Amino acid sequence: MEHKQSSLGDFESTLKKHANELVESLERGQFGDAVQLIHQLNQTRDRGLYQEVGKLTRELHSAIVSFHIDPQMPQAEEVSQITDATERLSYVVKLTEGAANRTMDLVEQSTPVLQALSAEASTLSADWQRFMRREVAAPEFRELARRVDSFLTRSEAGTREVAGHLNDIVLAQDYQDLTGQVIKRVTQLVTEVESNLLKLVLMASQVDRFAGIEHDHQQLRAEKDQEKHPTRGEGPQIHADKREDVVSGQDDVDDLLSSLGF
Amino acid sequence: MKILIVDDFSTMRRIIKNLLRDLGFTNTQEADDGITALPMLHSGNFDFLVTDWNMPGMSGIDLLRTVRADERLKHLPVLMVTAEAKRDQIIEAAQAGVNGYVVKPFTAQVLKEKIEKIFERVNS
Repeated sequence: MEHKQSSLGDFESTLKKHANELVESLERGQFGDAVQLIHQLNQTRDRGLYQEVGKLTRELHSAIVSFHIDPQMPQAEEVSQITDATERLSYVVKLTEGAANRTMDLVEQSTPVLQALSAEASTLSADWQRFMRREVAAPEFRELARRVDSFLTRSEAGTREVAGHLNDIVLAQDYQDLTGQVIKRVTQLVTEVESNLLKLVLMASQVDRFAGIEHDHQQLRAEKDQEKHPTRGEGPQIHADKREDVVSGQDDVDDLLSSLGF
Repeated sequence: MKILIVDDFSTMRRIIKNLLRDLGFTNTQEADDGITALPMLHSGNFDFLVTDWNMPGMSGIDLLRTVRADERLKHLPVLMVTAEAKRDQIIEAAQAGVNGYVVKPFTAQVLKEKIEKIFERVNS
């Protein structure tokens, strides 16, 4: 980094020094000297430029190596870390989808069991009240006792079944641990890639300075904004509470819509 | 009452379907984006459309606009159930003629309220 700064500093001080000399020699009419100076200036600039391009190329190369992307072997068995990350994220989607479906399956299996038990309990309860009021005759009571007995057996089996489902629902939440680990690794990779890209951008900017290239950042940003499809949607907002242009919940939506006359 | 649920995530479709069933709406069908939803809407005599915003193929907002521009479908009540939470987007959906807007994550109570409100207004 320091070296880069000094080579750019060299170039700039040479540029300044030679520029003055150049004006002087032109004023004195020494065109030979002037051409010589321009030649020297060019040489200093080219040297710096080649150096920076060289560094950029080396850095690009090592970046490619560190991502395990081998351009010579597109069919290489070793998949790049980026492809790997994509696969890991698809795995997260698959796992969360599986867990959600498993949970809903278990809830759907439990609901009818509970509904049946609840319906049976309420009819039995009505008959039991009649028995307590001594409105049930002996033969009917025998029937009632048989129903109570079978209800007790069924409610035991039913609650055992539902308890099992609840247990499985808890187990289905293990996706949180697995996906958490995967996502942490991908986040790590993204951070690495970002810092490597930043290094490359810094190096490229040195090349730009030697070559005198300036980028129109505003235009670049405008082009980027245009690429964003306005109707595509943005997905969930992560920092909804910190942003003015984002609603923080259903109440906010309702307020906004009613202010529009909804 | 026949309802079409449009969302690209099958779990979300299932959640909405279950909530609707609890509210007494048992006649539901599903589509995973606007492109698959449109032919179903054209041929299926649906009374109500519940759609997500962000979907591959055709987004929910485009589906809403297409429905409103269609002579046969333009009166179909549309409820948007989406994670899109920018004020501009909600205004955009309102201007495109949405009947209700629910942001994810939502509760069964909110979905029930919005649906009832829409039917109240449609029937009055």
